[in-house]
Amino acid sequence: MAEPLVANAVPLRSLSLKSRVALAVGAVLLLGGIVVLLAALAYGRQAAREAYDRLLVGAASDIAASITIRDGAAVVDMPVSAFQLLALAPDDRIRYRVTGPDGGTLTGSDLAPLPPDPQDDGAAVFYDGRFGDEPARYVSLVRRFAERSFSGPVRVVVGQTLRARRDLARDIAQNAMAVLGAAGAAIGLFAWLATRSALRPLRRIGAALAQREPTDLTPLSLPMPSEIAPMLSALNLFMARLDRQVGSNRNLIGDAAHQLRTPVAAIRAQAQLAAGETDPERRARIVARIHDRTLGLSRLLDQMLSRAMIIHRTDTEPRSALDLRAIAVEVLEDSDPAVIAAEAVVRLDLPSAPVLVRGDALSLTEAGKNLLTNALRHGRAPIRLGVTGGDRPRLWVRDSGPGPDARTLEGLGTRFGNAAAGGSGLGLAIAREVAEGHEGRLLLEPFDDGFEAAIELRRIGAR
Amino acid sequence: MRAVARILLAAALALLPPVAKAQELARSFGPADAPRRIVLRSTTDLAVLGPVLETFLARRPGLRIDYEQWGSNALYRLTGEDCAAGRAGADLVISSAVHQMVALVNEGCASAYRSALTAALPDALSWRDELWGVTREPAVMVYNRALVSAAQVPRSRFDLLDLLRPQDSRYRGRVATYDIERSGLGFLFAFADSLEASTFGGLMESFGRSGAVATCCSAEIIDAVVRGDYLIAYNVLGSYALARARNDTRLGVVAPQDYTLVLSRAAMIPDSAAAPRAAAEALDFLLSQPGRQALEQAQLIVRLDSDEAAPIDLPEAEGTLQRPIVLSPALLIALDDHKRALFQQRWRDAFPLAGASARGP
Repeated sequence: MAEPLVANAVPLRSLSLKSRVALAVGAVLLLGGIVVLLAALAYGRQAAREAYDRLLVGAASDIAASITIRDGAAVVDMPVSAFQLLALAPDDRIRYRVTGPDGGTLTGSDLAPLPPDPQDDGAAVFYDGRFGDEPARYVSLVRRFAERSFSGPVRVVVGQTLRARRDLARDIAQNAMAVLGAAGAAIGLFAWLATRSALRPLRRIGAALAQREPTDLTPLSLPMPSEIAPMLSALNLFMARLDRQVGSNRNLIGDAAHQLRTPVAAIRAQAQLAAGETDPERRARIVARIHDRTLGLSRLLDQMLSRAMIIHRTDTEPRSALDLRAIAVEVLEDSDPAVIAAEAVVRLDLPSAPVLVRGDALSLTEAGKNLLTNALRHGRAPIRLGVTGGDRPRLWVRDSGPGPDARTLEGLGTRFGNAAAGGSGLGLAIAREVAEGHEGRLLLEPFDDGFEAAIELRRIGAR
Repeated sequence: MRAVARILLAAALALLPPVAKAQELARSFGPADAPRRIVLRSTTDLAVLGPVLETFLARRPGLRIDYEQWGSNALYRLTGEDCAAGRAGADLVISSAVHQMVALVNEGCASAYRSALTAALPDALSWRDELWGVTREPAVMVYNRALVSAAQVPRSRFDLLDLLRPQDSRYRGRVATYDIERSGLGFLFAFADSLEASTFGGLMESFGRSGAVATCCSAEIIDAVVRGDYLIAYNVLGSYALARARNDTRLGVVAPQDYTLVLSRAAMIPDSAAAPRAAAEALDFLLSQPGRQALEQAQLIVRLDSDEAAPIDLPEAEGTLQRPIVLSPALLIALDDHKRALFQQRWRDAFPLAGASARGP
């Protein structure tokens, strides 16, 4: 492992698609080839047998037709045509035999075997036999005579070795295999072309990704066949999520730099002041101020971290079905110290039926707490926390004040939008991120004679 | 199965007429102490084939050939018996009775051999890679130049028929051909004629009416023509006729123009041969260019289609239709008992005196 990093970077390779297609096509061709070969051999053998059996029976019929009766005896005037017919199988040996009614051989070779199951009805009987040490095919047919001087069956047996049949069968099989081979080559070629063309979009995606700047996480927009389009959109979704996370990390760092620099500098200045102060009473006052500042700083840190966490959760946590009413109760319980601090009464306004949404309970609770805290800090009593159902369920906080003025409203919900108002300005930003992370939105609008801040979500199943 | 077949074959062969004498002649070629030897049995005259064998052995110093000359029926019988018994007899058999050779191959008595030279043979001259035609010998008509005027020399079978037709023809009783009952070759030629053309029937009838003579054996027939006993002889083996005509101007030779039968002596290597490889070498030599030249020298290959090879006296050679006797199982019919009996019956009707010695001049 000289270069473990590089080795890790190489993606695991499984069998290439081309090899898979090649294997599949090859298997089909091999199986098909075997089947076709067997069929071609069988067919070739059958065709050759029929063709040459016809020669045999033609020769036997010629011989049978040439039998005449002379002086009470059957005489065979062996026709040349019969032998010329048999000689169409040029390399095969020939045996023939003509037997009289008593079974004695009239002419021809005694070695030609008689049919195993002799029938005298004149029909040709084919049978396999031997010819010396070679296999041979024989035909037997019978001609009946009923004349005054001669009557009874005369049997003609003609046989031939099998060379020409084998040659013909092999020729037929070879031709079939040649055709199959050509078809196989064509199928293979087209399969290869089709695979190549089918894989081209993947190469295009790869090339497009390779050409990108490292920081470019915008969606890819390429024309894709329908089979590959889902993969591309999944890739785009993945990149969007990555983009948000990278963005939130960047924000966290930016926020930290921006937000912490001023209070830390102030604390450091006061600490220097305290170090140089000799009057114990004034020093105690400075220390108390340092303490206040430190508290503010720690609250700011809490909020920044929780925002980062919430945004992270929004992207990563699996969503579960939950009742928005339970979230509202949770918000109220968690915010108790703040409620007490503002010495205000918060009224809870919940419907009787469950309001089900899909989401991350912790993120939603945090967002609700931020809305409530804002209302307590800036709004006017009475303050109400509630939930409404419907297709677009809302978790809302209402107060009786006029709400922020138009200029402030414009900046609300963005980072540090209302930092001037004394808060960190992160509360509404978090609420907005959570709402958008749940495919909902943050609403800030006047309501009756008050002001409402609400997170609007989607009901489960609603599009 | 094979053993049974051989016993039956032996039984069948035993029915053939007994062979009057064994081999007619025997001679050995090549050094007596040669490490390899082959036995060659043939119907070809020793004097004719001898020079060819010497040419062959000149290239094969370590080889000796024991040559035996046989009559065709005796050779058929002997080879069949060797085959049936699985006995090593001849290593190479060459016979002019090609129908008998086809029968031997058909019974599985030959071993297969394949070389570039055997493969180059035309289909008509080889069968199953077990039987090969090595010579080209036309069946010709010979005539006595002194007694037959140039105008009367028959150029075709039709001319011969015309000569025999007149009642007072001087050719009556003075035309000869082979006696098919005594000459296997004569039977083969006559049989091939009967398959070849419809003129054969007319010719037989004409022979019968004009008292033509059926007698035995090439040499005797040619001698009688030279002497003037016969004026014309029909279906004489061209190789012998040409060899004689070369030295004897009295003899004229004609290849019939309507068609000329061409016989190729058939060679086979018996299944039971002791030295099949050496036999195959000899076969390859006979089929090779030098071998063919030697055979041409011996008049065993007669080229009817070439002017310069100058087969001495073939005035009508050009345009002659050559009909090779094809080595194929169709020749088996020439050995069929009934067919043979019928054919001989027909022959005897035409030549009532056949079998008796030649009618005197």
